Amino acid sequence: MTARNVSARSKAERALKTLVFIGASIPVVLLLAGIAGVASQSLGPNPIREILHITGKTSLNLLMITLMVTPTRIVTGWVALQAVRRALGLFAFAYAVLHFLIYAVLELDLDFSDLSREIVRRPFIIIGMIALLALIPLAVTSTNRMMRQLGRRWQTLHRLIYLIAILGVWHYYWQVKADIREPLIYAGILAVLLGYRIWLRRRRVSP
Amino acid sequence: MNRYHDPSILPSEIPSESEYFDRRRVLAALAASAAMIGGGIDAAAQTGRPAVQARPAPRYTRNPKFSTNEPPNSWEDITSYNNFYEFGFNKEDPYERAQSFRSHPWNVEIDGEAEVRGRFTLEDILKPHALEERIYRFRCVEAWSRIVPWMGFPLADLIRRFKPTSRAKFVEFTTLLDPKQMPGQRTSVLDWPYREGLRIDEAMNPLTMLVVGVYGKWLPNQNGAPLRLIVPWKYGFKSIKSIVRIRFTERQPTTSWNLSAPDEYGFFANVNPEVDHPRWSQAKERRIGGNFLTSRIDTLPFNGYAAEVASLYRGMDLRRFY
Repeated sequence: MTARNVSARSKAERALKTLVFIGASIPVVLLLAGIAGVASQSLGPNPIREILHITGKTSLNLLMITLMVTPTRIVTGWVALQAVRRALGLFAFAYAVLHFLIYAVLELDLDFSDLSREIVRRPFIIIGMIALLALIPLAVTSTNRMMRQLGRRWQTLHRLIYLIAILGVWHYYWQVKADIREPLIYAGILAVLLGYRIWLRRRRVSP
Repeated sequence: MNRYHDPSILPSEIPSESEYFDRRRVLAALAASAAMIGGGIDAAAQTGRPAVQARPAPRYTRNPKFSTNEPPNSWEDITSYNNFYEFGFNKEDPYERAQSFRSHPWNVEIDGEAEVRGRFTLEDILKPHALEERIYRFRCVEAWSRIVPWMGFPLADLIRRFKPTSRAKFVEFTTLLDPKQMPGQRTSVLDWPYREGLRIDEAMNPLTMLVVGVYGKWLPNQNGAPLRLIVPWKYGFKSIKSIVRIRFTERQPTTSWNLSAPDEYGFFANVNPEVDHPRWSQAKERRIGGNFLTSRIDTLPFNGYAAEVASLYRGMDLRRFY
């Protein structure tokens, strides 16, 4: 690779990273504007539900985009994309944490008996909790040093993301009252993203 | 002679005698006065203006006996955050999509096990009833609630007019089916038209209301114009909107949410903090209209109306008949 190619790539990477940082910050900026009631943003008469909805959806969206990185890179050959995968994953984690904290602090008022009862008795909350807990080791091992230390095991561990994405969509599907069309769209996209990986694997294995 | 001249009225705005007795104006005035006394000809048809503006303001009295002391939610809270799946599945959809809905003229069919049956204009339905305002608690099955000053009259008064027979054990209500006007009905999220039902003794309970207005104004479309039910001790989905048919039946009617998810939404759907929805708790509720630091409050049995209605269910296992 020539020096010029390298600098062109790092330029593209930097631009992409900036884009991801700006894009992923927009929902939280809109939320803050809604809380403050500025810039014609409003959270409506049930603000906590709205905040929960926005943070949860954003986390799920970012998770889906994270899973799109590798297939898109393989199909288009655009290597620079790979550089933003970690940032996307970490933003998805950050929004999931925010989502949980808002649920625990604002929705349940940190009433821990309430919290444990809800977690155990509500299937969609259990599913969400498992997804969140599974994200923690991935976030912790996302640094370059951890990647080097774990070597091949890093990839095995990070395959957890597939399970997490399934749980995330399931969590969304299960709390919808009747209109399951949107969760089904997520399920469809996820099926394509995971199906592509299975197809890729089979092709590599067979001669 | 009183020569006082109101400076806010320009002389050019005062109609001449010939204008005043113009036929259209007389008709409109007649319609307005007829509607004022609880019904009459729809003024909108005479003037060609949108119905909501043309209808004269309703007359009503306050009924403190049936009202809670809790402060009512704002007009905005009540009219911009609604579940009315006919207009979409997000809370703001009804407000955004129901504005051009034609809730006038309107007909209601009275049908089934009753001596008097037939198709009636809304005006005929309303004519004999004096409207009153009652401030009720409203509890949604989704665990949010609000306080609403409804305007309407007891359903029991209407039922008596149509003389149900001894076979009338239940009352079934049906919402308008019009997918052209109601975009939600173009999906199969529920089995349209929306149907609800009450046992006849629930329907005759003095708390049960037919509602035509809120905050002293005619119902906005997104709140179920022009005629809806309010059963304050039951989850909100029982309080069916934009009613076109009331039918007396011998058998328990099929209801939309029960049909959609029988293990989650029962026929009775009485507010009950002890019986959870299979996917979420009903022990507490979020009173909407607060800010994001407002705590949830405890949900009361029968939404706080136990003294008035608990006897209707004496001997019934409320876990089984949820």
